[in-house]
Amino acid sequence: MDTETRPETEPETDRRAIIRDAIGIGVATGAYGLSFGAISVASGLSMVQTCALSLLLFSGGSQFALVGVLGAGGTAVAAAGTAVLLGSRNALYGLRLAPLLKVRGIKKAGAAQLVIDESTAMAVGRDSGRAARLGFWATGLSVFVLWNLGTLLGGIGAQALSSPEALGLDAAVPAAFLALLAPRMRARQPWVIALTAALVALAAVPFVPAGVPVLLAAAAATVLVLKGRAK
Amino acid sequence: MIWAAVLAGSIGCYLLKLAGLSVPPKVLENKAVQRIAAALPVALLSALIVIQTFTTKHALVVDARAAGLAAALIAVLLRAPFLVIVGVAAATAAVIRLLT
Repeated sequence: MDTETRPETEPETDRRAIIRDAIGIGVATGAYGLSFGAISVASGLSMVQTCALSLLLFSGGSQFALVGVLGAGGTAVAAAGTAVLLGSRNALYGLRLAPLLKVRGIKKAGAAQLVIDESTAMAVGRDSGRAARLGFWATGLSVFVLWNLGTLLGGIGAQALSSPEALGLDAAVPAAFLALLAPRMRARQPWVIALTAALVALAAVPFVPAGVPVLLAAAAATVLVLKGRAK
Repeated sequence: MIWAAVLAGSIGCYLLKLAGLSVPPKVLENKAVQRIAAALPVALLSALIVIQTFTTKHALVVDARAAGLAAALIAVLLRAPFLVIVGVAAATAAVIRLLT
């Protein structure tokens, strides 16, 4: 993605390239927001709840997880817990961004909401602090606006449907998770973790309340990772 | 109930984002913390995939959703974009329900 890191480029050209990329990522994420809006409403959330998630939680994977657990009959605690665990990676992004953004006070409060996969990817690895800040803000704001717009339109679309299952929307949720998981499966360790988590979750399903199997899988992965420290 | 999940999830996720920007880097540069943060999404996504595909309430089942997931997997292997992966899964499940 760092096609604009040539040392001799004009700063103005750089700026425009960064903004163009930011809008492109926003449009792609907006399309993804369409599917979130549709799936959330199909899972039993109202339009207002669906839009509140995209405005307030604003982290795609966590939002899909939250509506997925609720849709399967999980408790509020299990749904929120899964979403927060999945959002823990944003704290690591924040750590990498803090020295680049150098924000304080109200600006930091606003920047925090925009700390997501896309804005981080567009900020780190830039030549200058200015380019990093522009990459972060342009991408974060573009994704925020278009993700929320997509959510609204997708939700309205799904509300018009009588039976979401007839359209296979329940099968769309695991497919969305698969698309998010695939890029993380490029080494041996993630495969061990993924298979262990899947087995633990399935084994727990008959015995514990809905939503809890996913949390048990997270606990198992944590134990696995801490035991494998020798590597 | 749903609002409780929406608000608790939103507040929790926001605090994590804010903590990342606020905490001195040393605190989270710990290797074990980084390893857990990398492993958690993999474990959660994997568990969510199998739970939402192969279970109904407390029973393990194989139905149209499994075919949808298989179709999604093929789309992933073919490097299809996100919307195609999701669309292919939904369409496959819908067609199978229509035929059976």
